[in-house]
Amino acid sequence: MRQNGIDMYRVSNFFIKNCVTVLFVILCIIALYITTFSPTFILEEIFMRMGRSTLLVLSLLIPVIAGLGLNFGIVVGAIAAQAGIFIAVFFFQYIETLFGEGRLLGFMADFAGIGFIGFLIAFAVATPLAILFGFLVGKLFNKMKGTEMIGGLVAGFFSDGLYQFFFLFVMGGLFTVDMMARLFPDAALNLILPTGVGVMVNINLQGNIAGAVDNVSMLRIVDAAFYVVSAVSAVMLIYRFVTKKALGLLKIAKVFVPVAILWGASHIFPAVEEFLLADRLRLIYAVEWTAFLVAAISLWRIIQEKALQKKEGVPLRPILYLAAAALVYGITWHPAVYTAFMHVRLPVLTFLLIIGTCFFIRWFLNTRLGQNMRTVGQDRAVATSAGINVNRVRIIAIIMSTTLACWGQLIFLQNMGTMAMYGAHPAVGLYTVAALLVGGASVQSAGIKNALLGVVLFHTLIFLAPNVGAQLMGDSQHGEFFRLFITYGVVAISLALYAWSRIKTASSAAQIGDPAPDTGGGAQES
Amino acid sequence: MERITRAAKDFGLARSIILGFFLLLLVLSGVYGMSVPRMLTDVFIRWGMHGILVLAMVPSIQSGIGPNFGVSIGIIGGLLGALISIELRAAGAFLGLGSGDREVGQAADAVATNGAAYGDYLADYYEIVGGGFFNYVGQLPGADVVVQIIVAMIIGLFFAAIFGILYGMLLNRVKGSEMMISTYVGFSVVAFFNIMWLVLPFRAGTSIWPIAGAGLRVQISLVDDFSRVFNHLWAVSIGGLIIPTGLLLVFFLFCVIIWLFMRSRSGMMMSAAGANPSFAKAAGINVNRMRILGTTISTMLGAVGIIIYAQSFGFLQMYSAPLFMGFTTVAAILIGGASINRAWIFNVLLGAFLFQGILVTGPAVANQLVPEGNLSEIARIIISNGIILYALTKAKEVAR
Repeated sequence: MRQNGIDMYRVSNFFIKNCVTVLFVILCIIALYITTFSPTFILEEIFMRMGRSTLLVLSLLIPVIAGLGLNFGIVVGAIAAQAGIFIAVFFFQYIETLFGEGRLLGFMADFAGIGFIGFLIAFAVATPLAILFGFLVGKLFNKMKGTEMIGGLVAGFFSDGLYQFFFLFVMGGLFTVDMMARLFPDAALNLILPTGVGVMVNINLQGNIAGAVDNVSMLRIVDAAFYVVSAVSAVMLIYRFVTKKALGLLKIAKVFVPVAILWGASHIFPAVEEFLLADRLRLIYAVEWTAFLVAAISLWRIIQEKALQKKEGVPLRPILYLAAAALVYGITWHPAVYTAFMHVRLPVLTFLLIIGTCFFIRWFLNTRLGQNMRTVGQDRAVATSAGINVNRVRIIAIIMSTTLACWGQLIFLQNMGTMAMYGAHPAVGLYTVAALLVGGASVQSAGIKNALLGVVLFHTLIFLAPNVGAQLMGDSQHGEFFRLFITYGVVAISLALYAWSRIKTASSAAQIGDPAPDTGGGAQES
Repeated sequence: MERITRAAKDFGLARSIILGFFLLLLVLSGVYGMSVPRMLTDVFIRWGMHGILVLAMVPSIQSGIGPNFGVSIGIIGGLLGALISIELRAAGAFLGLGSGDREVGQAADAVATNGAAYGDYLADYYEIVGGGFFNYVGQLPGADVVVQIIVAMIIGLFFAAIFGILYGMLLNRVKGSEMMISTYVGFSVVAFFNIMWLVLPFRAGTSIWPIAGAGLRVQISLVDDFSRVFNHLWAVSIGGLIIPTGLLLVFFLFCVIIWLFMRSRSGMMMSAAGANPSFAKAAGINVNRMRILGTTISTMLGAVGIIIYAQSFGFLQMYSAPLFMGFTTVAAILIGGASINRAWIFNVLLGAFLFQGILVTGPAVANQLVPEGNLSEIARIIISNGIILYALTKAKEVAR
């Protein structure tokens, strides 16, 4: 009986802790039941939205780990991205005339399309801006320790004000169209509003930046990967040879050989080349390949553990993965799933970038700097006494977050194909934070799986809400207000639950009274 | 001499800069040939219009929950009160109470309703300004609208009290993160009422969309209701500067009420609970109860504040309009010299005046430089959020 009671307590605790996620799962199921959209359409839409906004959500992880809470200040990164895109579009005609015929960038244009060059210019302008803005926000946060979240929210609004001041007033107002025409005779002056003051509300990215990342073909990715891997391997070998270190050929070959095989195959076999020429990958292939890959790796692990290392016990984890892979593969044979999966096509490079960022964050958190961030996040006093420069670590965390957010916004906008000059960035903070919280993150803990789960759940509901509203109330307006409400509500509930649980643990620690409050209380401070 | 330097220090560098900036803007607007009295009139009207909303920050800050970013909850209460009073008017509840001399105001309101810009609302004063230095330009409102606005306030206070108690109970459970949570609870409540404005059974012709026959309008004109009741009351013109006496008296009346309350036993206990919770607890004060009291009074002032605001503006602004009002009111009291944990009535009077003063004069001067640009909204965003950021950085230094 007692055992049962404890389990009940655990179960209820789980639901309280993850109530936002549970609520969203329930709401998603209800919405999926009511909606009139076809499953294929929903799946397609959700994967499109995932490609667009996962990077933005991932940009929130590092500040959470560094103890800065949910970084509402990523709006600043989005602003940097939009400034970069504006400049790239403004000068696009120059870019075309200057580099379209030039050698190096002309090659780039042939290689990945002229849009990719526009994207690179935007990237080159936006990244230093994002780093600078991130540095400033980090400095600001160091002056308001403990109130970073509200500070970030207000800093986002404030920077939005400055952004509007620049693009709605300075451009064309102080820096008049005549001056622009004189300084940059070939620039796209049609981006200025007809009144002559301020930049257009909607900027069309078709033909310059739209699809720059999404539309890079797999063949080009393989080519680029081969070039990069060859160059890096060569440099490493030469460096090690010159400094007379161990060459480590096996390790280099582990990366080089598969890439070289893929590259060779793509150029020898026309069938492979034709397949790789596409820029989208059907979801069915992605799922099948992932299943095969996971199965192969798990099998290898099992063989390694049982046959080579002769370990005791059952290798539970690989077997579980193997079973999951088999199950997923089995499901794809269901006709409905098959047609839906066949229909959905993923932009390859975008998803590769997302996966790469996930691995980067995982790797980064195990580096020394990453470990320092964890320490700072857990307890600033301990970090200081361990000799960590807390303020510096916090600034780096914010710079990384802002820069990632900037790149995320670049990906988002190239996918959208049009930029709402004054509407695209303000919502970034709210929607990404809400998505992360829906995935089960809190102010003090967040991981990659929270981000991925959150994006799927949040965007499913956000996408379906107007349709469901129209079904239930006969008016899509209800659904639109509902999704605004649920977004704000999610943030409010998550923050409140977190604050509440923190107070409860603090007071229970105080009631015990023993040395416990010392350690526990210290951790609560941050 | 020492006293003067200390007074200057108390006044603060930031505030001196803002005051200096405001005076500079006034001078500049004179230089550019704009009518300074007319501009000051605008400032005075907005002072009374926003004042009570800013006043709502005093009890919340003093009771220890910090600046009430969630004042929009009170605003929703006030909107409910105003909407119900409109329903009552439409049902004929205030008929036969007698209407005053509102011809001039009505005419100007009609202009405003037909799409004239908000700035033109000064026109209805200047239509009747005479030639002399001192003129009486006021109009006595009818008893019907006075009763209506009082009914609206009472209903609004009732809703705000309920919301405020619940909101205060929530804030007691999340001590230490009130600012963030009040912001998002405020946002959520506004978003929830967005749905309610579509669903609730309001039927008055001026409130709902005429074609759909349901759902409240985005802006509800108060021409048939209490539009500018207090703005016109006993207004006088002194050399072209119009003082909206009635409006300011209402504002000052609420200031005096709050001042008296803060001086009372409960008010003192509330301030003590906010200043040092553990000491207050030791002295036998129920800190949580005092925090609920402060939150509730703040929320109720928000309800009254929005009704005064709406009567001055001439419209009820529905849907997402209250979303960011919390930020502007917080900014105003911070400009007036309050900090995140201390605020007094003087901060309200000074802050509301300076904030509105800069928002009126700044864009007007800037528009002389660049006629096409529309700076007022941008200036509001930059100034209000900038001052909040400044106060947040200062708050921590004090705490150390």
